[in-house]
Formats: sequence, structure tokens, C-alpha cells
Amino acid sequence: MAKQIDYEQIARRSGMRRKAFRAVTYVFLTIWALVVLFPFYWMLLSSIKSYGAYNSEYIPQFFTLSPTLENYVQAFTAVPLAQYFINTVIFTVATTAIMLVVTVLAAFAFARLDFKGKDLAFTLFLSLMMIPNELVVITNFVTVTNLDMRNTFLGLILPSVTSVFYIYLLKENFSQIPDELYYAAKVDGTSDLKYLLKVMVPICRPTLVTITILKVIECWNSYVWPRLITDKEAYFLVSNGIQSIRENGFGRENIPAMMAAVVVISVPLIVLFLVFRKKIMEGVSRGGIKG
Amino acid sequence: MKVVLQDLTKTYPNRNKKAPGQVVAVNDFTMEIPDGKLIGLLGPSGCGKSTTLNLLSGLQKPTSGKIFFGDDDVTNLPAENRGVGLVFQNYALYPHLTVKQNITFPLENLKGANKLTKQQMLEKATAAAKLVQIEELMDRKPSELSGGQQQRVAIARALVKMPRILLLDEPLSNLDARLRLQTREELRRIQRETGITTIFVTHDQEEAMSISDQIVVMNAGVVQQIGAPQQVYDDPMNLFVAKFLGTPPINVFSGTVKDGMLYIGEDAVLPCKGLDNQPVTVGIRPEGFRLSKTGSLVCNLKGVEVMGRDISVVSTHPHCESGNIRSIIGAENAVDTGSATVRFDLNPKKVFVFHAESGSRLRCTLE
Amino acid sequence: MEKRNLKGWLYLLPAIAFLGVFMVYPLIDVLIYSLEEGYNFASQTYQGVGLFNYSYVLHDPYFLQAVKNTFLLVVITVPLSTGIALLLSAGLSSIKPLRQAYQTIYFLPYVTNTLAVGLVFMILFKKTPYTDGFANLILSWFGSGPVDFIDGPYWAKMFVLCFYTIWVVMPFKVLILTSAMASVNQNYYNAAKIDGTSRFRIFTRITLPMISPTLFYLIITGFIGAFKAYSDAVALFGTDLNAAGMNTIVGYVYDMLYGNSGGYPSFASAAAIILFAIVLTITCINLLVSKKHVHYE
Repeated sequence: MAKQIDYEQIARRSGMRRKAFRAVTYVFLTIWALVVLFPFYWMLLSSIKSYGAYNSEYIPQFFTLSPTLENYVQAFTAVPLAQYFINTVIFTVATTAIMLVVTVLAAFAFARLDFKGKDLAFTLFLSLMMIPNELVVITNFVTVTNLDMRNTFLGLILPSVTSVFYIYLLKENFSQIPDELYYAAKVDGTSDLKYLLKVMVPICRPTLVTITILKVIECWNSYVWPRLITDKEAYFLVSNGIQSIRENGFGRENIPAMMAAVVVISVPLIVLFLVFRKKIMEGVSRGGIKG
Repeated sequence: MKVVLQDLTKTYPNRNKKAPGQVVAVNDFTMEIPDGKLIGLLGPSGCGKSTTLNLLSGLQKPTSGKIFFGDDDVTNLPAENRGVGLVFQNYALYPHLTVKQNITFPLENLKGANKLTKQQMLEKATAAAKLVQIEELMDRKPSELSGGQQQRVAIARALVKMPRILLLDEPLSNLDARLRLQTREELRRIQRETGITTIFVTHDQEEAMSISDQIVVMNAGVVQQIGAPQQVYDDPMNLFVAKFLGTPPINVFSGTVKDGMLYIGEDAVLPCKGLDNQPVTVGIRPEGFRLSKTGSLVCNLKGVEVMGRDISVVSTHPHCESGNIRSIIGAENAVDTGSATVRFDLNPKKVFVFHAESGSRLRCTLE
Repeated sequence: MEKRNLKGWLYLLPAIAFLGVFMVYPLIDVLIYSLEEGYNFASQTYQGVGLFNYSYVLHDPYFLQAVKNTFLLVVITVPLSTGIALLLSAGLSSIKPLRQAYQTIYFLPYVTNTLAVGLVFMILFKKTPYTDGFANLILSWFGSGPVDFIDGPYWAKMFVLCFYTIWVVMPFKVLILTSAMASVNQNYYNAAKIDGTSRFRIFTRITLPMISPTLFYLIITGFIGAFKAYSDAVALFGTDLNAAGMNTIVGYVYDMLYGNSGGYPSFASAAAIILFAIVLTITCINLLVSKKHVHYE
């Protein structure tokens, strides 16, 4: 009978240990969640404090009782935020669209067509994946400058369109489509291009969506190349815009207005993320690179 | 170690949102497993046998009921404290560890007074490896082993800590047919040598019948019958058990009992005492047929399959509910394949009468 | 046959054209730039060929400062971020309720503009005449004096840079690690549990070896990414990183190319090639080490 009690105690003790462990896990996870969320909260909070209220807080306040939208008005009127926005949208859409065309064509050639030198070409393509952007940016800067394409959309877009990695990703996906489909289409007299557009592209839509999303995120956040290639505000993207706002917009100390601008810039991607959460997270974990 | 299951029930919330409620995986399972026996849990997939195994191992907690190992109530004891050995269907050998490391893995978990030295662990691992005859594979990785060898390693890993009971989940299903025969004798031998109470789960009735001391037939979460394999085969409690055991399967007919006589259609097959007049379901084992020119059961002959030792006569009958009738008769009998009909006498010991609706066995005296 | 060959290359043409002009040619060109001494941007002439550019860069105090900053950043953030990511992923994998919510929150930094959120971090950590800032408010709760993390002492600036870098890289690491952990067969954990294995031992003896290829991949990409740090620093300390003493190697390359001290593509090229050599060496060392410790199935 003594043994019986012993067992109950073991069961109870291990149950308690499990509960304690779970509590510690949740505390730890919550702490990091707060670390992640806090900057977002702070930027929202600051953006709705009035200029006067913000600057009179020697000790930062964690909430405000008199929210205002005047900073948002200022963000759009005092600096050309709308312009940055439009520029970024044009840049993102154009870059992504051209990238998709180039990538789909190249992936199709590698996955489906047979031609002399294909293997060699593919190996060379793959080896280009190791080349860091920093190495080629220098010459590209000189090239674009010499072509008089600084402060133009062409200069912004052209060097950003190719990604060897996406070609590789899509080629792998294309290769999984059974050959029989291709032969069946051939027998029916379908042209290669039509087969690509009507069969392969629809089948591989998930991968294409992934690539598109990753590229859009990359474009929206790109900073280095646009900074090198544009010095006129009319061609600034949001990243450069925010940097310029920080250094000479609004006068240095109008932090609420800056925060309003930051909110406006951050919202589109966050909304995109919340809508396509599953797709984006799947895509990133499959794509496995940070742009 | 004696194992007692007492009113064991496990329900899951239904995943299907349209039909909320509970799915009963195991329903009111009560059984006492004597020490040192080999028990086969048998049933079609989804019958709750794997859940029962998980309840025994502690990976799942029962909704109600109790489990005892010996006199100890282990119902609420987590898996790690139960001291059971479990062999997974796909073996779950750690792919990054060698065979030796896999086998010593459970020993390294021992703490306090039970802690073993490296030397002791090695000795125990070697002993376990010897038992399953894989001593020469100790330094290989699981990926370098065949399915049968992996199986042995998994058993050695489960046995090395001298578990109070050993559980095996579909131990033979991942092996090819030839290896299966060999391994099941091997299992029997290992169980005999160690004397550890062993419970295994299978959907293959032949496997369960051939090596178990006792089999437990389950269906839809409910235990149908418990007993020694031959006893269950010879005396099924209901139609499900009768149908589930035996290859070729039992032949099922719709029949009637009328004035002390069992009829299949118009054929008065056997005198039957102790039953009121009623429609019944009749099960006849394939070996229960005897060829006879004057036989009472008249069937339409479809063909004869020669199997060497026996002959399998394939025929049909309008009241047969299980498709073709398969009857096994000795090879010395000659069947006139040109004839359109074939007549049988029945062996009363191989004929079972079941309730037409519930399928439960109706006890009566057949002659 | 001829036609088929032509067709294949035709489909490849756009990709080849773009890659040729903006990747292959620059690759060769950057080597040439780095060897041309006294290159003049305006006249596009140079005086001689040699290793002077490398020697200049290696003796430039700004470059040395950038190398020091970058190495510190790498050494601090790679192990820390990987370690925290491992813990977070293990935590996420062990819970059921709220798991999706946590995962969604953790991923947010991935989809935000580095420059924009960097600005928020700057404000949180900056000390101005009007306010000590949020970070100093926290410090004051623990009785520590105010520190200017943005314009103040070196260690404080390095702390913010590392903190922000970890904040930025965490989503990717947590996501990759949780999906690696989810792909480990549950049976291994059940088997270990039945054998009475402790949580800690399950983690070190089963989880870690099983996800070691992914972990190793993250460490390598983490090293490469950290060596190329730049935007994070700009976001926190502004474009004139040299003045802040917080420049990175990549920042040095861009500054040499274009910026306050810019207009020297030769020096920029030499610095970029030095960076590439460093990254390549570290990656090779990583690969060698991993051979011993990573379990590939």
C-alpha cells in the first residue's frame, strides 16, 4: 500500500513540473512578443500625440488621452510622402513584373527545353548565386551613371530585376511537372509558349505567388541601390524618403510627424502580411532567404 | 507483471464541425492480462487497438477507467515513469545515433541510485543485442540496416531497460512476407526467454493467432472477444469475430430456424435444438463442408482451385451473403467439374448460428 | 536541331542579358577597378596597375574601424540571435494554444521597412535635451544613470546596433527553425519520452541533431548576413556612419563610392573584394567544422 502512495506522488509531482515548465515557456514567449510589438505600439502612440504634448513629456508617457491626426496631415503635406509612395509602388510593380517574365522564361528553358550548352549554362547560373550584391553594385553604379540613368526609373529598376535564386526555385518546381503532360500537349499541337502559359504557369502558381511576395517585400524595403542612384526627391522611394525626413524633413525634432510617416510606410506591408499570412510564411520558409 | 485494465474509455472531441460531439476510440475496456503472457490486440484499422496501446504506454491519458501494473495504479503516471518498452511501427530509431547508441539511449536516462557506469551500460546493451541477434551490427547507423534488422534494434532498445511490460505496435507490418514469418517466431522466442508481459497490436489475424497466448478482438472501440486463439476461432461470440478470424474467411448465409431444423433457403441443412422459429444468420467455416452425393446443401459449382494439400471448391448459393462460397476439402476427394451443382454435408462443429439483426451468437445444439 | 538550340537560348536571352550586364560584367570590372591605381571618375583614366588600392584601404582608419565594428557585430549577434531563436522555436513547438498568434507576431519585423522601424528604435534609445527617452526610463527604474545610446559611448551604440540587428533577423530564424522542428517525426519524441528522457536531454540529443542541417544553414547565412550589415546602422545612426564611428564594411564601400567622402570606385572595389574574401573564408571554416557535427540523413 505504501507503494501506491508513492505512485500518486510521482504523478502529481510530474504534473506540477509540467505546469511550471509551461508557465515559464509562456512567460518567455510573451516577453519576446512584447519586445517585437513594443516598437510598433510606440510608433503608433507617438504618431497620435500632438507636437506640443510629445515635447513636453520629459518622462515618456505610455498612452495619450488626446489623440490627434494632425501629424498624418503634416506627413503628407510638409514632405512629399505621397510622391515617395507612388514612386515605390511604380518601382515595386515594374521590378516584380519584369522579374517574373524573365524568371519564368529562363526557368522554362532550363526545366523543359533541350538545347546545346544547357547544363553548362545552368551551372554558371548557379555559381552566380554566391556572388554578393555588394561586389557588383560598384560597377552598376558607374554603368548607370555613364548611361545617364541616374534619377530615372529605368536606372532604379533594371539592375534589380534578376534573381538567380528565383530562377532556380522555379526551375525546380517546373521540373516536377510530369513529362507526359508536355508530350500530350505536343501531340495536340500546342506550342511551347502556349504550354508554358496554359499548363506550367497555372500548375506552379503557388511558387510564382511566393516569388512575387518575396520580391515585393524586397522592393518595398530596398534602400541601398535607390540611395546610390537617386538624389532628387522626385525619385525617392519610401526608405530613402524616411531617411531624408529624418535628416532634414519637418525640422529635426518633430518626432510625432516622423512617426506618422513611419506608420504610413509600414502599414501596406503589414496589411499585405496579415492578409496573406500563411502564403508569406510558407514562401519565406521555402525560399529561405532574406532579401 | 500482471496488467489490469478497468473500464477503460477514451473519447476525442469530434473534429468534424458539422457533427460535434465525441468520438469514442476505446469504450469500457476491461481485461486482466496474466503475468508473462503474449497478448495480441486484433482488429481492423480504427478499432481502437492503437489507442489502447497508447493508453498503456502513457502517451495518452484515458477519459475514464483505470490501469494497473501489478498492484500499482499507473493511470495518471506519465509515460516516462511507467517503465514500459514500446516498439513503434516504423521503429523510430534515432537516425543520427549508431545501433549501440540507440540501445544505450534509455539507460543513459537513469538517475540517482539507478545510474549505470559506461561499462554496465555496454554490458546490458550487448546482452540485449545478443538476445535479438544483432551483436555484429553495433556500430552501424540505422540507415545502413535492413527493415528486419531495424526491427531487432528497436526491440533491443525497448528491452534493454528491462521494462515491466513490452508493447509492440504493428511489429511485422513493415516487413516483407518471408521476413514476417521468421520474425514472428523470433518475437515468440524473445518473449519466452525474457518472460516479460508483452502486448502487441496488429490488424493481421494470422499474425495474432500464430503467436499469441491470448487474443483480444476489437471493433469500433469495443472489445468483442478475449481468449486463446483456437478457442476464439472455434467459438466466436458474434458474427464480427467469426468473419474477422480465419482465411479463407467464413461463409455467411441467411437462413431460418423452423421446428428444430436449420434451413438455408429451401435446403434443410442441420437439425437444430434449443432455438425458437426465427430468421438467423449462419456462418460456415470453409473446412466445415464435406462433399456428399446426398448432401443437404445444394450449391452451383463455379470452379475448383487445387492447392496441393487441399482443394478449394468455389460455388455460389442464392442465400449466401458473402459472395462466393469457399470450401476446403481434402485433396483425395474428386470433384466432378462438369457438373452444374455440388452438394455438401456440413460439420456441425464448424457451423455457427447468429442473431439475424444483432449478429450475436445464438447458442443451440447442432447435430 | 539547330532551331531547337536557338529556341532554348532565346528563352534564356532576357535573363542572360540582365545577368551579363548587371552581374557578370561588374564582377570582372570590380577586380579591374580594384587594381587600377589613381582612377579618376571624371576622366575615367588611371595611372598604373597594382595593389595600392588594397594597401590604402587596409591602412585607412575608417576602414579599420568599420572592420572592428562589423566583427563585433558578427561575433555578438550571430550566436545570440541563433540561441534565442532556438529557445523561442523550442518554446513555440511545445505549446498549442496561442501558438499561431505568437508566430504571427514574431514574424512582423520581417515585413517592416528596416529604415522606418530603425527610426523608432532610434527614438526609443535616444537621449535629447527634452527627454531621456524610453530606454533610459527603464534604466532609471533599476537606478542606472541616463546614457545616450545614439550619440553616446561606443559600447552603448554597439548595444543598440546589436539589439536592433537581432530584432530584425529573428523572424526569419524562428520561422525556419520552427518548421524544421515541426518536421521531426513525433515518434522520436514519444520513443524518448517512454524511455524516461528528460526535456533537456530530448532537446540536446534528439531535436538538435535532427535539425542540425537547418541550424547550420542558419548559422552560415547568419554570418554572411551580419558581415553585410549596413541598413540597420544607417537606420539608427544616420547616413554619416563614419562620423558616428559606427560604419560597417559595406557602409565603407558605399561611402567610398558615393557620399560625403565618395567618388573612389577603386577603393570601394578593393574594400568590397576584401569583404568577399573574409566572408568566403568564414564560410569555408564553417563548412569544415560542420562536417564533424552536422547529421545529414
